[in-house]
Amino acid sequence: MDLATIVTALDLKVCCGADKLNRKVTGGFTGDLLSDVMAHSGEGDLWITRQIHQNIIAVASLKDHAGIVLVQGSEPARDTLEKAVTEGIPILVSDRPGFETAGMIYDILKVRGG
Amino acid sequence: MTLREVKDILDAEVLVGQEQMDKDVRTAFGADLMSDVLAFAKAGSLLLTGLTNPQVVRTSDVLDIAAIILVRGKKPSPETLTLAEELKIPILTTKYILFETAGRLYQRGIVGCMERVDEERARP
Amino acid sequence: MLAHETTLYENQFPVEGGNFDKAGQVSSQIKAILKRMNLSNEIIRRVALVSYESEINIVSYARKGYIHIQVKPDYVLIEAIDEGDGIPDLELAMQQGWSTASQRIREMGFGAGMGLCNIKNFSDFFRISSDVGKGTQLKMVIKIDKVFDGI
Repeated sequence: MDLATIVTALDLKVCCGADKLNRKVTGGFTGDLLSDVMAHSGEGDLWITRQIHQNIIAVASLKDHAGIVLVQGSEPARDTLEKAVTEGIPILVSDRPGFETAGMIYDILKVRGG
Repeated sequence: MTLREVKDILDAEVLVGQEQMDKDVRTAFGADLMSDVLAFAKAGSLLLTGLTNPQVVRTSDVLDIAAIILVRGKKPSPETLTLAEELKIPILTTKYILFETAGRLYQRGIVGCMERVDEERARP
Repeated sequence: MLAHETTLYENQFPVEGGNFDKAGQVSSQIKAILKRMNLSNEIIRRVALVSYESEINIVSYARKGYIHIQVKPDYVLIEAIDEGDGIPDLELAMQQGWSTASQRIREMGFGAGMGLCNIKNFSDFFRISSDVGKGTQLKMVIKIDKVFDGI
């Protein structure tokens, strides 16, 4: 499953990384505590969070996430966006709450395969 | 859906509130930021979280959350359990991560909530 | 109908700085009292939320403080007064996402820079003042739309 399919299915706003939507998404991870995400998420995960702080980019980069989905229509902070561009991490925005965003992505990954 | 069905879907263990398994739930909110929960979660929702400290129970009490679902097999501290028993807030624990917990419940028809109190206020 | 000046309930609850085990106790108590007064769930929820975020702030950042609550027929007044370091830049502190919270506070799910915004958004009236080195004062009013008969 590539990022582009998920972006289209959920009508996500692409804040940066439009050139990286061919990336493969192998799983999903929801979490707002960076230490938790560091410890338990995996490579290729699409990370769903409410945190907009620039530290999320370092985490996504270290863990080789496919991208970050900010929920509830949260916009990334300016330095977060700058860092994301530098590190090449796609940032997507969902207007839906985290539960629904996760539910829909889970559905896509399960039904159509990872 | 009843809490009992939620328990089955998530293969969860009931830590507090065994007697409340007939409670009806329709909405859920998943988050690790308590201020986020406070601002957006609707009364009567399930709260899915990775946090296990007593503040999760306090926050749930303030919002009239139907039940707390701890994800990734987390076990709460004794203080958290005592408080939940005192305030009669069910706590379930599931081995699934938050993403999968949300996915499984969403597939079975539980919907998300993002209701601001000021929106509720605007209603007649 | 009750006269506007009638105070239906008033009390002051001490809050201990740094004691996270007790954090939220005051707000649970306030919620229970308002429930007994038959206020609408909507009003109770907003008062409890505002009080709870204020209480967490006192526990997280001050040495000690108190929450004062006053219920009148047409509004609920909540004041959170603390003795602590105070806030040097209020404008910055009111910005969503800005926080000086310690790792410990963040691990509990707080300190994401949303508390003061929540308090402001859920109140009908909000005022914050702070004296550096002395403490911070919050004043919130939540209006009661429907007339109720009191206790």
